[in-house]
Amino acid sequence: MSEGCQTAAGGRASSAPLLGGDEEPTLFELSRPGRRAWQLPTTDVPEVPLADLVPADHRRDEPPPLAEVSERDLVAHFTRLSHRQYSVDLGAYPLGSCTMKYNPKMCDTVAGLDGLATVHPAAPARYTQGWLQLLVELEQALCAVTGMAAATLQPAAGAAGELTGLLLMRAWHEQQGRQRRSVIIPDSAHGTNPASVTLGGYRVLTVPSDQRGCVDLRALRQVVDDDVAGIMLTNPNTLGLFERDIAAIADAVHEAGGLLYYDGANLNAIMGVVRPGDMGFDIVHLNLHKTFATPHGGGGPGAGPVAVTSALAPLLPGPRPVLDAESASYSWEQPARSIGPVHSWHGNALVLARALAYALVHGADGLRQVAQLAVLNANWLRVQLGQLFDVAHEEPCMHECVLSAATLRREHGIRAVDVAKGLLDEGFHAPTVAFPLVVEDALMFEPTETESVQTLYALAEACRRVVARAGVEPGAGDLHHAPRRTPVRRVDEAQAARRLIATFDARPGADA
Amino acid sequence: MPGYWPHTEAEIAAMLEFLGLRHIDELFASVPEALRLSGALAMAPGRPEPDVLAHMRSMAAANRTLVCFAGGGAYDHEVPPVTAALAGRSEFVTSYTPYQAEVSQGVLQAVFEFQTLVTRLTGMDVANASLYDGAAALSEAVNLAVGTTGRSTVWVSQGVNPAWRAVLATLASGPHHCLVEIPLVGGQTHWESRGDAGRAAHGDAPGAVVVAYPNYLGCLEDLAEARRLCDRTGALLVVAVDPIAAGILRSAGSWGADVVVGEGQPFGLPLSFGGPYLGLFSCRGEHVRRLPGRLVGETVDSDGRRAYVTTLRTREQDIRREKATSNVCTNQTLMAITAAIQLGWLGSNGLAEVATRCAQGTRYCRERLLALEHVAPLVPAPVVREFAVHLPIDAALAVDRLAEEGLLGGIALGPPYAEDGRGLLVAVTERRTRAEIDRFATAVEKVVR
Repeated sequence: MSEGCQTAAGGRASSAPLLGGDEEPTLFELSRPGRRAWQLPTTDVPEVPLADLVPADHRRDEPPPLAEVSERDLVAHFTRLSHRQYSVDLGAYPLGSCTMKYNPKMCDTVAGLDGLATVHPAAPARYTQGWLQLLVELEQALCAVTGMAAATLQPAAGAAGELTGLLLMRAWHEQQGRQRRSVIIPDSAHGTNPASVTLGGYRVLTVPSDQRGCVDLRALRQVVDDDVAGIMLTNPNTLGLFERDIAAIADAVHEAGGLLYYDGANLNAIMGVVRPGDMGFDIVHLNLHKTFATPHGGGGPGAGPVAVTSALAPLLPGPRPVLDAESASYSWEQPARSIGPVHSWHGNALVLARALAYALVHGADGLRQVAQLAVLNANWLRVQLGQLFDVAHEEPCMHECVLSAATLRREHGIRAVDVAKGLLDEGFHAPTVAFPLVVEDALMFEPTETESVQTLYALAEACRRVVARAGVEPGAGDLHHAPRRTPVRRVDEAQAARRLIATFDARPGADA
Repeated sequence: MPGYWPHTEAEIAAMLEFLGLRHIDELFASVPEALRLSGALAMAPGRPEPDVLAHMRSMAAANRTLVCFAGGGAYDHEVPPVTAALAGRSEFVTSYTPYQAEVSQGVLQAVFEFQTLVTRLTGMDVANASLYDGAAALSEAVNLAVGTTGRSTVWVSQGVNPAWRAVLATLASGPHHCLVEIPLVGGQTHWESRGDAGRAAHGDAPGAVVVAYPNYLGCLEDLAEARRLCDRTGALLVVAVDPIAAGILRSAGSWGADVVVGEGQPFGLPLSFGGPYLGLFSCRGEHVRRLPGRLVGETVDSDGRRAYVTTLRTREQDIRREKATSNVCTNQTLMAITAAIQLGWLGSNGLAEVATRCAQGTRYCRERLLALEHVAPLVPAPVVREFAVHLPIDAALAVDRLAEEGLLGGIALGPPYAEDGRGLLVAVTERRTRAEIDRFATAVEKVVR
């Protein structure tokens, strides 16, 4: 028989790099009407026809048209997809500003504990004492690291933390009877900062970086006035440099009645060495999916807790888990002047559990060692790569180093993105490219503390070979045609945007 | 000292020497002395994994497992071993946002399939790669509608999950949206009764009309009426759907929704004390340039082979900065992949069957409870998915007492759903057996006495 045999074959593994790297069919091409994987439990609940359960005008005529595949084909499909995906578990991931460190397997075990994973978020506190204790312990650890008084664990990612922080800023000013309209951001900031400022109802005031790559203090003093609600800073900044003038920046902003917001994207550089609270920050968000090694999941889930000074604590989102010392029990408490909740429930709880386990294994001494080795690795790599690329700033870096492909571009027409694609052929994930925007053709490497010096050396040698390819005449071997060894070759981003196909049904010739 | 770094002491010394440094602290020379921490962080020293695991296990053991009759946006559905196994593959778990498409085809294709599945379920044209949770999806939908219409007044049915509405209220304070809540009457949104305050203060036409289907009390709303209201006022219709009930209900798209949001937790995600969950966001094609967050599109590689990439990136914060449609960066991609796997496993008929079984369990449980003395329906409107009853005692007290019986009896309802605090919202999934439901009914009879 050959009827139906035109449907994609679920058992053919040719899309796996192991066996050639063909296209992988979609779930919809593997689908055959009537095929099934699902099995549901026996419950003995009386069966009632659907027609008696749902009024006719609300009822679907047919089940929703999803896909119909066997469990075997489903497993093969997603396993092959996984083979077409780079990951930390596979190799180094030196994406600057992303802190792609190794994610301890122990934390997977924690996240899978039945006593954590099966708990309904609305269960009474008396029956969720373990969860509340866990959240309180994490809050304490985060306050210790940041030098803050209290924290909310609700924000689900860094950007959610930023917006939460800005709403706290707004609420604090309103409480002081002040109307302020703008927030200062350096030109080297992450894009989420200005986007969050807008959503927080503020106007963005950009301050330039000086020649050293840090906030231009003079320019800052010129824009700080009584219309400024605060400043958002990443320290070390996105150039991997510590803002040495942070105390003077803090004074300037505080004197004008503003607040300092710390973007925790780069906290991995300074844990146990210096605390944002001691630098003068009032509001701090942490990216637990960076600093505390919770896995990124291909783009989330993250967790972006926000820690604040005691003055701001009454404004935090609620309810908050608290320990009643007298009864030695945990309960939920609504902060006095809460800005309101920022998550449906209590935040990305299982991510929070992973982060606590990571913090406890390391402790005060281990977290400091993490920062030291992250900075050591970045500097060692910076010196190696400085021989190959333009150096954005001459001084030693913190946890990441920013280089530039400007010379390669001028001499060979090779851009940062071509270098990145060339590195993929060398068996490494690429660095962050074209960011920060203040550096021409930026290449931003963040090796993290979990890569060995051997890996760093191999990465530097790989970069050396890539740079050597920059001079190759246009043709099959040149960098414009990289990568060559990946599951697909250079992907046409322009066509994706020009002829949008965002679902299988939007493909040319699809029925829908 | 426990840790996960690979450095030997000798290597650290050699690396420092290479950098011309004598001590590792010299790496931090740019940090002003006065700011540096003089001692250790105020936390205990590190402990080996087995000790920490034991501590985490003891905390997990301090949570008591209750047979779940609670919903309210988080449901106790079956998660098959296959979904957990595939979604737990470390290639998905430990990868970053797919910036380098050539080595991220696995995540990108899985998200493309997720987007397709969501649109097929909601009847919309496009879906994004996920948002944090249902509340975040709702807030982004309101931002999209306000941005599209240029009107900041938003009518929100009180049938929308109150936790989501609370988050919406928090986040709406930044851009100053005017939220006007529309009450339920008999379990359905009564659009006429906006209240004098709503009419006077916000006499302007709304930019968005937001309604849930089914709503928080499990009731079916008249979406045709909501659509007509939008046609009259020029507002966008935002519908918050329950993704399981969507397996047997007409799609929100077929009712004329402009944006459809939802909480995707029922698609293979454990209850997990509320997160990580999955914000579902889909809309009509004409709004794609205002879509928040990541979007995966199909394209080709330089050899002409099918390939996937994140697209329409100029909407996003890293490019558009303060003019971005949203600030979202990290979302819930792993949860989206999980949902794609779960929906692949369920398929068309499996999802419809889960939805039907939930409705059957809901019907049976509701009948059992309503047969009890002094237990009455809270509202008369027809329900699927969840139902609310009126108890003769305070519902929070009933929930406490039921917990002593080993049952999570539901969510206690106060105002505006039950002014006397005696409303109980009950959810029954395909996991609840007849024996459990019978035990639940017996326990309710006991505790309300």
